[in-house]
Amino acid sequence: MSHNDPSAVVAAFLQQRFPHVEIAHDEDIFALGLVNSLFALELVMFVEKTFGFTVPSDEMRIDSFRSIDAISALVDRQSATV
Amino acid sequence: MSVVGVAGAGVMGIGVTQNLAQTGHRVVLVDTEQQVLDAALQKIEAQLRMSRMLGGPAVDTAAAMALISTGVDPKALAEVDFVIENIPERWDLKRALYLEMDRICDPATVFVVNTSAIPITEFAAVTGRPEQLVGVHFMNPVPMKTAVELIAGEHTSAETVRRTRELLNAMGKKAIDVKDVCGFISNRVLMLTVNEAAFLVHQGVATAEAVDEVFRSCFGHPMGPLETADLIGVDTILHSIDVLYQHYRDSKYRPCPLLRTMANAGRHGRKSGRGFYEYGPTA
Repeated sequence: MSHNDPSAVVAAFLQQRFPHVEIAHDEDIFALGLVNSLFALELVMFVEKTFGFTVPSDEMRIDSFRSIDAISALVDRQSATV
Repeated sequence: MSVVGVAGAGVMGIGVTQNLAQTGHRVVLVDTEQQVLDAALQKIEAQLRMSRMLGGPAVDTAAAMALISTGVDPKALAEVDFVIENIPERWDLKRALYLEMDRICDPATVFVVNTSAIPITEFAAVTGRPEQLVGVHFMNPVPMKTAVELIAGEHTSAETVRRTRELLNAMGKKAIDVKDVCGFISNRVLMLTVNEAAFLVHQGVATAEAVDEVFRSCFGHPMGPLETADLIGVDTILHSIDVLYQHYRDSKYRPCPLLRTMANAGRHGRKSGRGFYEYGPTA
């Protein structure tokens, strides 16, 4: 899978993890009740491992991980700074 | 500030280590394999960085990580003030470790048994320091939980209880005093609930989703019993129920056969990617 489209990669990860839930790219995964502290950790570790960067402390907030679009934007911002 | 040894770098050992480091304690984390320790450090670092995002305190990750050292040899625990032991709930493993720690550790070191089921007084017979042995039942995830069960054994001194309560308070925990009986309060009730929930699934009465939904929607629990089982680990649940059964010899604690099948099949819950629910590949 190419990393050129981060949203597709993140969507695939979430789909695998929550196979019975349809998640739109702009949908709030925290509001959907999918994210507890354990899954948040998995999600952050997945993003860091998959896209090869460490989430800086100012980005370590719920808004950066709120939706597939938000995570994709985070990846784009971090790629731009490399 | 006390220097604390943590034995066992599994889910609980990781949580205890993180909690101690983020409250300014020096920690010596010991496990049998370097690989396990490396993975534990990686997880602790990620959890510290995420602390604020998850509703915890803002933590200086680098400063907290600098307080943690690791070792594959229990000799690393020689000079700590406390050892919090978090290895699997198996008497043979725990017994061997306590015998070794009793030889290695400073005579003043307090041993804290982090157990969810085994009576504390049983450990006292193994060590030459029964008055310095105390039980604490930490809840998972440790840094997020504000209370623990504190168990004084038959021989535990008042001074040991006082020192331990002081350490727990410094970790941000309220210590609830509980008598030294197998399963304490939490697991006497929780394990029977999980076991009965597993029987419902085993007998085809309900799906795991339906069982958990009743607890979440009808009772307002944040998680149902089978989600909780996946979080704790199905293998750990089975061990705890087995321990309750062995101690009380009461058939109400007979483990549901489904739990044993799942434990044998490696369906241990979140940590293995599959339990009562599917979690996909572990991060």
